[in-house]
Amino acid sequence: MSDQQAQIPVTVLTGYLGSGKTTLLNRILTEDHGKRYAVIVNEFGEIGIDNDLIVESDEEIYEMNNGCICCTVRGDLIRTVEGLMRRPGRFDAILVETTGLADPAPVAQTFFMDDDVRSKTKLDAVVALVDAKHLPLRLKDSTEAADQIAFADVVVLNKIDLVNEDELSEVEAAIRAINPAARIHKTERSGVDLKEVLDRGAFDLKRAVDNDPHFLDGDDDHHHHHHVEESGVRSVSLRAGDMDPKRFFPWIEKTTQIDGPNILRLKGIIAIKDDPERYVVQGVHMILEGDHQRPWREGEKRESRLVLIGRDLDEERLRRTFEACQA
Amino acid sequence: MPTVAPLDLDAHCIAVSWLGDVPHFALADGVVHRLDGGHKHAEAHDGLLAASRTLDGKALLTAGEDGRVCKVSSDGAVETLAEIGRKWVTSIAAGPQRAIAFASGRVAHVLLPDGKQKQFEHPRSVEGIAFAPKGLRIAVARYNGATLHFPATEGKPTELEWAGAHTGVTFSPDGNFLVTAMQENALHGWKLSDGKHMRMSGYPAKVKSFSWSAKGKWLASSGAPAAIVWPFQAKDGPMGKAPLELGTRGDTMVSCVACHPEADILAIGYGDGMIIAARFADQKEVLLRRQGQGGVTSMAWDGAGQRLGFGTETGECGVIDISA
Repeated sequence: MSDQQAQIPVTVLTGYLGSGKTTLLNRILTEDHGKRYAVIVNEFGEIGIDNDLIVESDEEIYEMNNGCICCTVRGDLIRTVEGLMRRPGRFDAILVETTGLADPAPVAQTFFMDDDVRSKTKLDAVVALVDAKHLPLRLKDSTEAADQIAFADVVVLNKIDLVNEDELSEVEAAIRAINPAARIHKTERSGVDLKEVLDRGAFDLKRAVDNDPHFLDGDDDHHHHHHVEESGVRSVSLRAGDMDPKRFFPWIEKTTQIDGPNILRLKGIIAIKDDPERYVVQGVHMILEGDHQRPWREGEKRESRLVLIGRDLDEERLRRTFEACQA
Repeated sequence: MPTVAPLDLDAHCIAVSWLGDVPHFALADGVVHRLDGGHKHAEAHDGLLAASRTLDGKALLTAGEDGRVCKVSSDGAVETLAEIGRKWVTSIAAGPQRAIAFASGRVAHVLLPDGKQKQFEHPRSVEGIAFAPKGLRIAVARYNGATLHFPATEGKPTELEWAGAHTGVTFSPDGNFLVTAMQENALHGWKLSDGKHMRMSGYPAKVKSFSWSAKGKWLASSGAPAAIVWPFQAKDGPMGKAPLELGTRGDTMVSCVACHPEADILAIGYGDGMIIAARFADQKEVLLRRQGQGGVTSMAWDGAGQRLGFGTETGECGVIDISA
């Protein structure tokens, strides 16, 4: 299409009933943060605000007919986003609310796999609200809770006033073990600064990893947390030196093809041999994006770092084959 | 030489339709404009999602973001026919004997000629809805196929299965074929007498516009750099036959098609706003409108096939007269 309107950012907000999601949604709709949001919800019920920019939509997961079982999109979002985008100018951004039982993968993939949606919108971030008190139980009795944390760029750890210090550090460690790349905000009554939730650019390759100066810093100290092991979701953090592009690119293509169904999220900064710029990658299941980001700064350690979050990941093989790509 | 009478509006055009001699332009903001001895308009919805002309050609049925279904008459009168609450009504179809079908979420609603209302719940969303040309029969496009209902009777629905998401639906004018548009850049068809499948694939983009030619001999479609026109003269439809490709462009895609009501001529609208007419027999092309600000989203011929109404995603609308 010939119109060159800017892509509208989309924030995905996941979380169980009772996690404080409605409180956060209402804050986003009413507080003065300089942006008007169109909100796509599963049910009008919870939100007390009457606003024509709130649209109800039935979760509709469509498998793409390409033989890939993890290539799923949300058909209802395709239709609703298209409808909203026919009347631009009424809002600056879109927020998609999903229930605690929803799989975040098709939601995220919709914004990469559907050409019409992709041409008009861009995924900004996946925000997961979790209840500090009930998360351990959720991780135990469902796969969705771990999936939502695994997918999140930002985790709002809410209701911390309902747990003691030990419980809090345990629940935080559980989140970290699932997703070492997410930012965690500890709050009471969903009282997170909205700047930390909205307009994050978490899927923007130029911004994604710079938002968090400590991205993948620290040691790979895996707190092997029993709740996390039950959920089956874990992360693998890989580190290496300069990469040989002739080995690295085929490796990451192959890895996302073979392990794609098990990889929920992937993020990394890669040092390519003889390349003065940082190369950043990110992915959802088999969808992989990569681009040059910016020059390595003086004094910045040239290093390749990659985190994969998923189920049944063979850490030993991933580490060995990743390291074999070094120049 | 074709002459263009522009009507510059300011919202995405959902549908162009002729009510008698008067072209109507239904825009996404909910206003229906018309050229009836001057520019007039009627406000039908707060947000309009779909529109369909009644079979008698006297009114436009509209469906909105406000959960309402309306009838807009050629004098600009707006009558509310149904209200379902706050949920979007995403598709609408006009049927024989003034029956009306519309969809919201997973429910297909039918307003029958006798004033009765029927609802059909589906396990998955109703993505498209259409009436068969004869008899009170509707088709619903859904995930993994289409469902046929007979709303005037208590009969069981007929399920037509084909894996994938079906997003739009149309019956051939003779009622022998049902064709759906799919999420994965293809059309799918069923021969209704025996359920035989027809796969029409190879499109680089989603098919968002299709149009049957006079007497249903051809089905024209968007979704490629050329208009793809499938032959439906044979009893098995287009199977084993190559489609015509009309109006091929190198720098944009066909976004909208409208078959002439009598001749085998197709109006082709493109993503850059250009419109041409192309003849099936010799593929001869005539430029009707130069490119504009936005892609063509809707076109309709008047009853005599002399004038073509058009609308675009940026609100540039108008009427092209080819009789001069």
